[in-house]
Amino acid sequence: MASNDAEVKVLGTWSSPFVMRARIALNIKSVNHEFLQERLWEGKSQLLLNSNPVHKKVPVLIHGHHTICESLIIVQYIDEVWSSAPSILPSEPHERATARFWAAYLDDKWFPSMRAIGMAEGEDARRAAIGQVEEGLVLLEEEFGECSKGGPFFGGDRIGYLDIAFGCFLGWLRVTEKMSGIRLLNETNTPRLLKWAHGFCSDDAVKDVMPETEKLAEFAKMIKGRVKGATPRT
Amino acid sequence: MEGELVLLDFWPSMFGMRTRIALAEKQIKYEYREEDLRNKSALLLQMNPVHKKIPVLIHNGKPVCESLIQVQYIDEVWNDRAPLLPSNPYQRATARFWADFVDKKIYDLGAKIWRSKGEEQEAAKKEFIECLKLLEGELGDKPYFGGKDFGYVDVALVPFYSWFYAYEKCGKFSIEAECPKLIAWAKRCMQKESVAKSLPDPEKIYDFVLQLKKAFGIE
Repeated sequence: MASNDAEVKVLGTWSSPFVMRARIALNIKSVNHEFLQERLWEGKSQLLLNSNPVHKKVPVLIHGHHTICESLIIVQYIDEVWSSAPSILPSEPHERATARFWAAYLDDKWFPSMRAIGMAEGEDARRAAIGQVEEGLVLLEEEFGECSKGGPFFGGDRIGYLDIAFGCFLGWLRVTEKMSGIRLLNETNTPRLLKWAHGFCSDDAVKDVMPETEKLAEFAKMIKGRVKGATPRT
Repeated sequence: MEGELVLLDFWPSMFGMRTRIALAEKQIKYEYREEDLRNKSALLLQMNPVHKKIPVLIHNGKPVCESLIQVQYIDEVWNDRAPLLPSNPYQRATARFWADFVDKKIYDLGAKIWRSKGEEQEAAKKEFIECLKLLEGELGDKPYFGGKDFGYVDVALVPFYSWFYAYEKCGKFSIEAECPKLIAWAKRCMQKESVAKSLPDPEKIYDFVLQLKKAFGIE
């Protein structure tokens, strides 16, 4: 097994919320690491193709001679290897199962519906996608009430697994709000999440890796332009 | 430690089978309740309001949803016997990766095989076999994905073996011809009581698929 002080690298992009999860987890554990940026629009690097031959996607965590893929699996690995530092997953099995459930929900249902807002063709499709995102946020607002135990985070007093799994999407959520003109997080429906989002983004483990909304919004426009065939991909 | 355990399930579900196997591996007593998915029980809707799906494991009144999450929960609570996940973090990450791979690929491709025809079916068959071959590569010469012991990835994948016959009949192909090592692995797993009693008869699965096809108007 790679020792705790073997080299740690994250292969990824500044804009990917999934990559951010790995970096936040390493920051929570105060693990020094190198961030190797992929330029995915120029084609995937040999390092990426070698370290994630199955999916060919970022993030990849490189720890010594080990490579670990899939963001939530990476976060759990980090939590288990650097076990003496603050815990990321809850210690109680049912709370762990609940945190995993919501992280899976975010990946399988919620984030895809948020992406669907930007890609929706026609007003009906757009409204349907927005509706799904808003429903999901209400569910998460409720869940926050249950698991935060009065603390500022889903993990209680400190950032935990579900904070990381959800908080990484805040940059893109803000871009979506900007481009759609709709306040998805708001005082009426999600007052607790609104407060949580602010606390999450200001946290030391997060603030240097959370991209600025403006920068992300420009990046989103650029991708949309490319996807619509404006610029041919090499 | 046991408390009250109820599993809301549906007999042909590969996902439900995973939880059944994990509970059997740990020799845990529980109440099995068959759900009629066309008429879901109030308990199911209450315990899994987000997805309204089976399996749902209810432990002392508290629900755990999603099959792989249930298997990990069972492994963590009953951690004194038959461990399913390895103790080494890197091996655990690898096990989680391959179980996740099974979730991302095998169910949807299998469904495409029995639901579609012509080019779409051929494409699904091809990709399905490619995925199984990748899994064969991961298995290598080990008796189980878990190494010398049956483990997490074995639990995640072996339920699909009960559906292979249906895929083969619908797709008119032989999975064993393409992936003999994987079939040998599956048969080895079937020799374990926990697996044999958790998987339904493949003929029954095929009959079920034929009924589904009829209901959906698929030839």
